[in-house]
Amino acid sequence: MNQFARNLIRKDSWSDMMMGNYAVARAMFETGVRVATTYPGSPVPEIANAILTVPEDHRDLYFQYSTNEKVALEVAFGASINGHLSTVFFKSVGLNVAADSAIQLGLLNLIGGMVIILGDDPGAHSSQNEQDNRHFARQSYIPMFEPATPTEAYQMFKEAVKISRKYQAPVFMRLTTHVCHAKERIRFAEIPEHPSDWTSQFNRHNGPYLPITKDVFPLKKKALGRLEELEKYAEQCHFNKILSNAPTKAGIITSSMPILSLQENLLESGASIDILKLGFSYPWPKGKVLDFLKSHDEVLILEELDRILEQEIKSLAFDENIQCKIYVRKTGDDLMGELLPHRTWKILSDFWPALFPPKRKPEQELIVGKRVPQMCPGCGHRSAFHAIKKALPDGTITVGDIGCHSLGFFKPYFMGEALLSMGHSNGTGAGLSIRNKDRKVLTFIGDSTFFHAGIPGIINAIMNNHNMTLVIMENGTTAMTGHQPHAGTGEIGDKISIQKLLEAIGVKFLSRVDTYKQSELTQHIKDAMEFEGFAVVIASHPCMLKFTRIQRQKPNYKQHHVHIDQNICNKTYECIEKFGCPSFTKHNDGHVAINEDLCIGDGSCIQTCPVTAINHANKEDKK
Amino acid sequence: MKSFNIYMTGVGGQGIGLLSEVLSKAFFKLGKNVKAVDTHGLAQRGGTVISQLRAGEIIFSPLISPHEADLVLSLERLETLRGIADMLKNGGKAIYYDAAFQTIDNRLGNDTYPTVTDLESVASKKDIKIIRVFRENLHDSRMQNIILLKELAHSDWIEGFTIELIDNILKEILSPKVYEKNEKLLKD
Repeated sequence: MNQFARNLIRKDSWSDMMMGNYAVARAMFETGVRVATTYPGSPVPEIANAILTVPEDHRDLYFQYSTNEKVALEVAFGASINGHLSTVFFKSVGLNVAADSAIQLGLLNLIGGMVIILGDDPGAHSSQNEQDNRHFARQSYIPMFEPATPTEAYQMFKEAVKISRKYQAPVFMRLTTHVCHAKERIRFAEIPEHPSDWTSQFNRHNGPYLPITKDVFPLKKKALGRLEELEKYAEQCHFNKILSNAPTKAGIITSSMPILSLQENLLESGASIDILKLGFSYPWPKGKVLDFLKSHDEVLILEELDRILEQEIKSLAFDENIQCKIYVRKTGDDLMGELLPHRTWKILSDFWPALFPPKRKPEQELIVGKRVPQMCPGCGHRSAFHAIKKALPDGTITVGDIGCHSLGFFKPYFMGEALLSMGHSNGTGAGLSIRNKDRKVLTFIGDSTFFHAGIPGIINAIMNNHNMTLVIMENGTTAMTGHQPHAGTGEIGDKISIQKLLEAIGVKFLSRVDTYKQSELTQHIKDAMEFEGFAVVIASHPCMLKFTRIQRQKPNYKQHHVHIDQNICNKTYECIEKFGCPSFTKHNDGHVAINEDLCIGDGSCIQTCPVTAINHANKEDKK
Repeated sequence: MKSFNIYMTGVGGQGIGLLSEVLSKAFFKLGKNVKAVDTHGLAQRGGTVISQLRAGEIIFSPLISPHEADLVLSLERLETLRGIADMLKNGGKAIYYDAAFQTIDNRLGNDTYPTVTDLESVASKKDIKIIRVFRENLHDSRMQNIILLKELAHSDWIEGFTIELIDNILKEILSPKVYEKNEKLLKD
């Protein structure tokens, strides 16, 4: 066990610089969480990384990577109704996958307690949208905490556990990207004794746990009643508090990360404005908000993303005939992206220009070219895209999915032209293929996504015999989120073979090829595209980032690279314009060289050079 | 009273994480209040990676507003230019390790990759003190961050940030094997 892991489970109180996600893991040990589940997704995968630093025999916390977020949530639910404190965590859009089950939770008695951690992503740093999951708390009658800092994430998780157990209710803790990844000094408390008790306590009389028609209304009534109780809790919850320097007639109601931007701005302007901070933000304390509105002449509601508090508080003010002027963000632009300090200043200056004088936007005298993410040097997906492109008839529509291979959409491949969500590709592809005599359809999916949500779309394609070709981009890991295992890797339980599974469900055209064998792959794709009906090609190569990291651990590791023979190179630029490995550098005089910092010597580029100017730098690397 | 803001940048895989880890621990040890934040996730695949760190007496947000960084530390030339253009205040300071990683648009000829002179002229226009570091034949590119930290210690731009302090922190956070290699480079 390393120092980090020893700290994570040490019994006494200690303090250190700690990232939000890690602090939450510590809170799990302090509260005695028994079952934790997840499907990896940014911004929360580091919670799992932290837990897993502690070997299984040193923790009474069972952890699992589940096949998807819905399964993860159900596993945590099952544990909770068996009497064990559980928690599940996933990214913002993971809640969409889990929603079918999550929507029921608020109606039930979770006797062990259950905390659902959501990793929302304002600014869409690593998500397909910036959906605001505060809506779901309302829809599902589930209470919600919203920490603004790593310290609060740690403290609020502990409070969420308390509330969850007291009310036997599920509780949301909504983190956002820069709460998850922020680091600050945190003082951790002691870990109390949590006697190990794995006795099965499931009893249907604690339920009902099945929503038969006659129980729908009583369950809903109970859920609504519980929300009323929780609103009373919200009134005295110490995370809902007023911050005030000196009594003023101007106030701001806010929650989560924007409060930090607000405090920075108050510090800079020196203005005195009272703040009502809602850390327990649903159900929020009506009494406290009402008092705040009554005791101020003007109140700004400052929230990130959608107009949720704005509308709810204005509606309360209307009902109560409140005279206080209520300000809300003026433009649609303010509903997008993170409320960073400088953007918050602009909003404040919209209402109090004297306190927050408008700042002139510094002139952008220099436009610096973008650096879009790319597949890593040696990535098997690059070889795959390069080879597949050669096989596609003109007009072929390519449908991508979520994962590293989504990067195929960028230059120079432009492959995977439509994308909705995890596992969508074969549903979307099927729709594109219906009565489509003019254009072929090719879909992609990664191996982790295949298990996550890909299988129903594939079965649908078999069942309805859709005429399209699926390429499974198999790299043997969940690469984008940091190399977590999945059902097909064999790191957890027996390895499930995608190939055997597809054979068993009746895929009639099925082949498999290593993506580094580019001309073979091109031929496989050509054959698949000519096949009438649903065809699958498994384009396989291990994730080279993971592979290289493992190699680098070995004692006699030597970095290999390729070399370009300048006497042979005729500057057709196939390597940079079509293959597109970032290890190539094009110099001003037009010659192409290898960036040895980046090149890993995999040699997948060698076959792409029409005049074979590229070769291994050392002859013995060839093997 | 004002905070000291450090904006760290580079390309995914270069070891910005370690850079930010060392600096945040250093300020912590120097008794400063620190808040920091790193990029994780998708951007790490060959994209621009940033870490932000703010130290001082009162710090609320870990995020630096545009043109409010006091110091840019960068591991790549183009990203240095971006950091200076977007984040560094006029009259600020910058140290960069001169690794050059072209973008796809550089290779396709849609954008030109900056020269060292380009960087210097932008720096002088904005009254920025800029230091370039580079080490020929560095056998492991992932140790460029150590060269940068070393230069930062030599610059005396952060009071109390010494080679000994870096050494102590590396010893704390790295495995003994990795520490040994880094220590050698740090003290050579």
